Order: sequence, then structure tokens, then C-alpha cells
Amino acid sequence: MDAAAAEQKYNYDVVRWFAVMAVVYLVVGALVGVWIASELAWPALNLDIPYLTFGRLRPLHTNAVIFAFGGCVLMATGFYSLQRTCNVRVWSDKLAWFTFWGWNLIIVSAVITLPLGITQAKEYAELEWPIDIAIAVVWLSFFMNFVMTLANRRTSHIYVSNWFFLGMLMMITYLHVVNSLSVPVGLFKSYSIFSSVQDAMVQWWYGHNAVGFYLTAGFLGIMYYFVPKQAGRPVYSYRLSVVHFWALMFGYVWLGSHHLQYTALPDWTGSLGAAVSLAMIIPSWGGAVNGMMTLSGAWDKLRTDYVLRFLIMSLAFYAMSTFEGPVMSLKTVNALSHYTDWTVGHVHSGALGWVAMVAIGAIYHMLTRVFHTELWSVKLVNAHFWIATIGTVIYIVAMWVSGIMQGLMWRAYDDYGTLAYTFAESVAAMHPYYAMRVVGGAVFLLGAVLMLFNVIMTVRKSLTEGSLRNARLASVAA
Amino acid sequence: MASTNGSVSFQERMEKNVWALLIVLAVALSVGGIVEIVPLYTIPNTMEYNKFPELVWQHNVPLSQRQPIASWKAGQGVRPYSGLELAGRDAYQREGCYTCHSQMIRPFRDEKERYGHYSLASESVFDHPFQWGSKRTGPDLARVGGKYSDDWQRRHLRAPRSVVPESVMPNYPWLENNRLNAAEIQAHMRGLRAIGVPYTDKDIADAAQLVDGKTEMDAMIAYLQVLGTMAKLDESKVYRE
Repeated sequence: MDAAAAEQKYNYDVVRWFAVMAVVYLVVGALVGVWIASELAWPALNLDIPYLTFGRLRPLHTNAVIFAFGGCVLMATGFYSLQRTCNVRVWSDKLAWFTFWGWNLIIVSAVITLPLGITQAKEYAELEWPIDIAIAVVWLSFFMNFVMTLANRRTSHIYVSNWFFLGMLMMITYLHVVNSLSVPVGLFKSYSIFSSVQDAMVQWWYGHNAVGFYLTAGFLGIMYYFVPKQAGRPVYSYRLSVVHFWALMFGYVWLGSHHLQYTALPDWTGSLGAAVSLAMIIPSWGGAVNGMMTLSGAWDKLRTDYVLRFLIMSLAFYAMSTFEGPVMSLKTVNALSHYTDWTVGHVHSGALGWVAMVAIGAIYHMLTRVFHTELWSVKLVNAHFWIATIGTVIYIVAMWVSGIMQGLMWRAYDDYGTLAYTFAESVAAMHPYYAMRVVGGAVFLLGAVLMLFNVIMTVRKSLTEGSLRNARLASVAA
Repeated sequence: MASTNGSVSFQERMEKNVWALLIVLAVALSVGGIVEIVPLYTIPNTMEYNKFPELVWQHNVPLSQRQPIASWKAGQGVRPYSGLELAGRDAYQREGCYTCHSQMIRPFRDEKERYGHYSLASESVFDHPFQWGSKRTGPDLARVGGKYSDDWQRRHLRAPRSVVPESVMPNYPWLENNRLNAAEIQAHMRGLRAIGVPYTDKDIADAAQLVDGKTEMDAMIAYLQVLGTMAKLDESKVYRE
């Protein structure tokens, strides 16, 4: 289909805006991450300014990368692949724009309120109740547009990427609504209606499935559209995608309790979570294999196609962290790893290696198609690929070492049967690894900045060439 | 697979009808959460106070007959936070202390020696939301109450490295400049009462005097000093299997 026809048929405007904002938020989120990592290595950087302390900026970092970057990626790729796989325009243009402005307004309000200390103090769900209500409304607008477009589709079957998106949309609605239930005691303050062990379970049912659905199912939806498209080959196995889809949908929900091993959560709940976690290796790897094997017979493309490199590297990290996760959910391993930096390392192997890489690949793929021009610099994409990979590896290795070291120091005994180290000694021992993490994060951030530059130059190129304008004019004329 | 035909036709239906797919997903996605969350409300031994009622102060006493917090004595059992302690807890949440400090001691020898008796679910029964945390960049605080003097806590919060050179904690000098607002604390207590925290009218009235002239620093110290000291745990009892 030529550019004009595509512009006429689909709403690419909202895709363009979400895609560009996603890259902006990638830079912002990574920047805040590098800053707070530096605060842990050199605490003077807290500057005695309340708004810049680690405790207030850490939620800003997580919200920026998950909801701002991740959300804009899901909405850009979602609207793009949805329209193309349904062969129809999005159900409502107005609603799509409502989603765009609503979501970005929520992000702005998060950037303002979190440094002010306006928080529910629930990890990954810090935003206060008025913003929570806005999130629910905007999310449902995305959900509704998605479902109605699927109902309007001009293809006979619903494509696999859309199953995953649909699962995410449904589950995130459940999670957000239940976990955010609270009683407001002021415009900017509320208390969760849950407490103690029930709150812990609800929180980690939310927390783990934000990972499992938002950052996994949603991004698997991205993988199922963009990997075959970029590779120019069909998905390796249809049967595998069916089996691993349903296994993931049903099974992932159970994993949250593995975050609460050995706590006051009853043993049965933690063990159940760990057992299902182990079982989840199979469907997770099913997805990774399905994505990677899509390249079978076309592996040589990795030599020349830098966008494809991002997509395939993301699957390698996905396979690794979905193996690491179940291992960490085992009680014996968890006894060591819980409360340590190992958890942080695991999260980032998933977040940088899998989520960011697959998103970056998908955005580069989309850019050329929605701006109707080649990327400003393909070489810069290759540089970004290596920089992102190296930064991620440095980060993960630093956290593996510091995490395992922390765990071992806390439980170490000397010859007299007393604790070998004070807690403060374990903090001091972390310093070199915290500094190393700053380096890894900064390298990753450099890659993100290069990407933003490449995106801006590509958009400018499209504007000077007039390729986007021509496509739109032609579509109006037609 | 044995049921190839069956599963294919099921899948075929799902792929052709978005509403059917949506309904099946809605059901499949709800099972795990229901199975893991609902029993925590119904199985009695989830909360230790069902077997050891002495863990919670005035357990099962109706609100109208409850003694005010002012008459509670240390070790008599878990109780709601006083107005001053609650103000400290609000500041603890605002500053994101939970991002670096856990409040959940696990049943291991090293944690017992470092932090004390393992934490019980009953001990956070009035914690909305729970503050168990997930990361120990700093030490666990579940039983920090009484371990250090008020003066040490004050100096530590003002400038942590002045008392613990290895610390990476930020300084919190502004806690001393922020005066507490009685009306605000009382509104918070009424909100918590609405979701089941048994505050008596006197508790809420008493808060005004408790926070009068106090700063967030005083409140934070009051909160930290009560952590883990409410219930007296008996080493010879097995609270959790």
C-alpha cells in the first residue's frame, strides 16, 4: 500500500505522537534512573532538597519508565498494529486523541505530584486517588477503542498480537481498580482500604502482573506483530502461540505471592506462587522460541538489519529473565535474593533487555512507515544497539554481584557464632557496584539520547522532503 | 494433543468473535487472584490473633466500649497509631522510606539476631497500606522501636552520616521545620476509622493535644520508637507454622 493510501485509511497521526513521546519519556525515565542510582553511590547528591531525595524520585523513575515510556509504546504500537491487522481505521479518532492527551496529562501530573511527596506509598501504584481515577478512565478509553476496532475489523480472524493486547487491557483494568481502592482523606491523601497480609497479597498480585501483563503480555503483542514484519517471515508456529497464550493468561496471574516468601503471608500462598512460577518457564520460553524461530532460514538478516537486532536481542533477554525469575521464586534462592539488589538486577534485565529493546526495535520499524521516509541514520541505530546492550549488561552484572554479596554478608557468621558483618559494613561494600550501576545506566541513557536525536532528525527529514505532507495531501485529494 | 479438534474449534471461535474472546479472558484472568486473595480473609490461621488474641490490644472489643489509646501500656498488644505516631507514619510514606527499608523480619537465625523476632501478620493489621517493603538498601525497621535513643534518631534523621559514616541515606533536615496540623491528622484518623481502624472519639480528640507544637521530626521519632514494641512476643510460642 502506498503512503497516501495508508494515510487515508489509517489514523497514523496518533501513532506518530505516541511514538515520539515514547522516545522522549525513555530519555526522561532513564535520566531520573541514572540520577537516583548516583544518589545511592554518592548520597550528597540528594542535595538536602526534599523534591530530589531518593525516596521521592524513585517512584518518579518507576512511573516514568513503566507508565510514561511503556504506556506510550503500548499505545503507539497498539494503535498501529491494531489498525493494520484489522485492515480498518481505529473505531474512534476522537477517543484515540482523548487517550493521547489524557495519558500525557496523567504523566505530567505524576511528574508534579511525586516529587512533592504526594503518594499512596504502594510500590508501582504510588499515584494518588484523583490521578488513579483519571488512569482508569483513560485506560478504559484505550480498551474500548481497541475492542470496537476489533469488532469492526475487515479480516476474518483476530491476529495473535491482538490477543495479547486484549489480555493486557482486561487484566490491567482488574489490577488497577482493585489495588487502588482507598479512602480519600483529602485531595492529595488517601489510605488503602487493605492492610497487613491482605494488602501485601493484593499489592503483589498487582505488582507482579503489572510486569506480567503490562510489560510482558503487551510487549509480546508487540513482538508478535513487529518481529514477523521486520523479518519478512510468518510467525514460526501458530500452535505454539495458541498454547503459550492461554497458559500465560491463566498462569501469570498466580505469581504475585512469590514476592512474599518467608513473610507473614501464609506458606501455602507463597508455595503456590512459586510452583506456578516454575511452570511458567514453559509458556514464557514458548513465546521466546516462537519469536526467535520466526527468523529460521533468515538469520543472515541479522548481519544487515539493525532494527531486527534489537528485536532478537530483546527475546534473548526475555528468555533469560523468564528463567531467572522462577529460580528466584524458589524458597531457598529467595531466602538469599529477597530484599537485595539481585531483585533490582532481575527487574532491569527484563526492563532494559526485554521491554526497552523490543520497544526500541518496534519504534524504529514504525518510524519509517508512519513518516514515509528512511531513518536519518541507520548507522546510529547500530551504535544504539551496541550501546544499549553493553549498558544493560554492565547494569545487570553490577546488581548480580552486589545482590548476592549483600545476601551472603547479611547471613555470614564468624568463628564465634556471631554475625560477621554489621549492616553498615554491607552498605559500604556495595559502593563500587553502585558506582558501576551508574556507569551501566549512563551508557544506556546515552543510547536513548542518540535515539531521540535520530528520531528528531528523521522527523525533520520527513518534513523537508515533504514525504509526510505529500502523503496527506494525496490522501485528501483521493 | 489429544483434544486437537476440540481446541482448534474453541480457538477458531475465539479468533472470530471478539466478545467471546473477551468473556473467556475475563474469566481466565480472574481465577488466580481470587484463589490467592479471598482465602486470606476466610482462613482463620492467616491472622495469628485468632489463636493468640493477646497479640492485639482489646481484640474484639466493640468500638463503643474501647479504652482510648492513652490508657494503653507498652507490650499490651497491637493498637492503632496515636495521632502523633500517625503523623510520623504519614511523613514516612511521603518521603518514600519504604523504597529502602523493609518492615518484615523473616524467620531466619541471622534476621532474628540482627532485627529480632520474626514479624507477624497481626502486627500490621492497622497499617493502611502495609509497609513491609521489598528492598533493604537500609536495615529492616519492623522492630527498630526502643533500639536507639530519641536523640540518636533525631541526629540520624538530620544527618545520617554524622552517626553512621557508611550510610547512603539522604538528610532530612526539613522534618524539623514542618509543624503538624491537628485538624489534618484528625481528618486522617477519621478516614482510617471509616475503613475499620478502631479509633475512639477520645483518640481523635486527644490527637489535637498530642501534635500541638510538635514537628514532623517529633512525629517521625514517635512512629519509629513504637515500631515492633506494641505486642510482647513470647519466644516459647509458635505463632506461625
